Amino acid sequence: MKLNLAMAQTTAVLGGVSQNLEAHLDLTKKARSNGADLLIFPELSLTGYVLQDLVPTVAHRPTATDPVFKPLLEASKDIDLLVGFVEEDIRSRFFISAAYLSRGETVHVHRKVYLPTYGLFDEGRFFAWGDRISAFDTRFGRAGVLICEDFWHSSPPYLLWLDGADLFLFTSSSPGRGLTSAPALGSSHWVDRVLQAYSALFTSFVAHTNRVGYEDGLNFWGGSSAYDPNGMEIGHGPYHEEAVTMVEMDLNQLHRTRARLPLLRDERTGLIMREMQRILNSKDAFNGR
Amino acid sequence: MNPKHPDLTINTDLARQILTGFIHSEVTRTGFTKAVIGLSGGIDSALSCFLAAEALGPANVLAVRMPYKSSSQDSLDHAQQVIDKLGVASLTIPITPMVQPYLDANEGISSFRAGNIMARQRMIVLYDQSAVFGGLVIGTSNKTEILLGYSTLWGDSASALNPIGDLYKTQIRQLSRAMGVPEAIVAKPPTADLWLGQTDEKELGFTYADVDPLLYLLVDERYTPQECVDAGYEEGFVNKVVDRIRRNQFKRILPPIAKLGQRTIGYDFLYLRDWGT
Repeated sequence: MKLNLAMAQTTAVLGGVSQNLEAHLDLTKKARSNGADLLIFPELSLTGYVLQDLVPTVAHRPTATDPVFKPLLEASKDIDLLVGFVEEDIRSRFFISAAYLSRGETVHVHRKVYLPTYGLFDEGRFFAWGDRISAFDTRFGRAGVLICEDFWHSSPPYLLWLDGADLFLFTSSSPGRGLTSAPALGSSHWVDRVLQAYSALFTSFVAHTNRVGYEDGLNFWGGSSAYDPNGMEIGHGPYHEEAVTMVEMDLNQLHRTRARLPLLRDERTGLIMREMQRILNSKDAFNGR
Repeated sequence: MNPKHPDLTINTDLARQILTGFIHSEVTRTGFTKAVIGLSGGIDSALSCFLAAEALGPANVLAVRMPYKSSSQDSLDHAQQVIDKLGVASLTIPITPMVQPYLDANEGISSFRAGNIMARQRMIVLYDQSAVFGGLVIGTSNKTEILLGYSTLWGDSASALNPIGDLYKTQIRQLSRAMGVPEAIVAKPPTADLWLGQTDEKELGFTYADVDPLLYLLVDERYTPQECVDAGYEEGFVNKVVDRIRRNQFKRILPPIAKLGQRTIGYDFLYLRDWGT
């Protein structure tokens, strides 16, 4: 089975949801006519990234009655979509979320679980922490979604793997930083390394899309990329430019790679549970959130 | 002991791509298409002008030369070289008739005060010309001078956007060479050109070659002052630089507003400038 996956690296009007929605619908039409089965958009693709006090004014719910999601769900009848948005729950907590839409339904919503609040980042000030990491079934197999900082921690991809994900869909609004003599920024260099490592360690498909454009002095570097279960790069978008990068994923590669390299078969989850309990129960335990 | 020398080399193609993209984005998203730059004849404004011309097209950039009567002919000539090489629009507006009456009315005025007056007069001209030309004022301050506070508040530090403020002086030289800024401008000693023979390095008391690596360790790499001393930097030099960075913080922020209400600009009324664009 083949999956034609399109990775959109888009810019955004900061706080301009209706303009951004139009751009999403345009790109969706184009991707569909180019034969894409699934089109993924960056983190907060419908809103822009450094929202600060705009957060409560750009929030939506991924339902058919929502004016933003209604046309997106309609568009998802022909092509699966992953879109980034600010989600407001029924108790008015605001999350950085990504919704997977397929055949007119919201199949899965991931709420970002790691909100970077250090250096140039201030997400924890404006957003609630997601508290669930789960895989979900798609018409291309079981998938998992993570948003930017989520995959700088190795545990969320690991949990998705154990929950059955063979296709990792990662999205970012990653500000470019770390200019040296190297041909790529430090931020993009490290993301590519991490993605490649996950694809090899989890013998799975990984696709990542990151936005482009500027917000005040911040630049976003794009550079979407995809890797196969052997850890080989199968597609890479340009840096710093709007683009839609298509990759063909031969999903049978999962079978071939895992026949050769049974890392998933040999994973010792019981051992991990025992050791995790021992570590967390010890009196010097490192107790995170 | 030779002090630790971090590598400040940058990939100039990447810097050029990001910075021209920044100028284009931040000028056009506010509805403008043009930019105005005060061209001193020095390297910083030359580089900003090169970047703006590439980002917006030379016809959309206005370079303004604003000599005072004691400004050197070299400065004017070097600015002209930039104008000629890029084909940008240009104006020459001497500031002597504007500042001289005030200077004459203040007998014995210090060169420090006179320098600030000239820098602020140039700001007035630049912002007025930006209204005529319909362009935004592009900043020309580099990271070294912003950190050291080597600028005039609301004078040369005033701009609508600054493409080069995260580049140290030594990196400005590297990018300038890569973009084709005339070598006479790149190689000459940086000067505010307020009096004959003035140079930045004489006035600061140290060279850019010495201070840039130290600033990089302190700011970018988060070294403590003691770690810089341990890395071979002279203690008096480290303390002087650390003190300058702290004392000049006021030049790097907007004036603090005294909070009274529930929501106060600067504290809990938070929006980017690019809000809605």
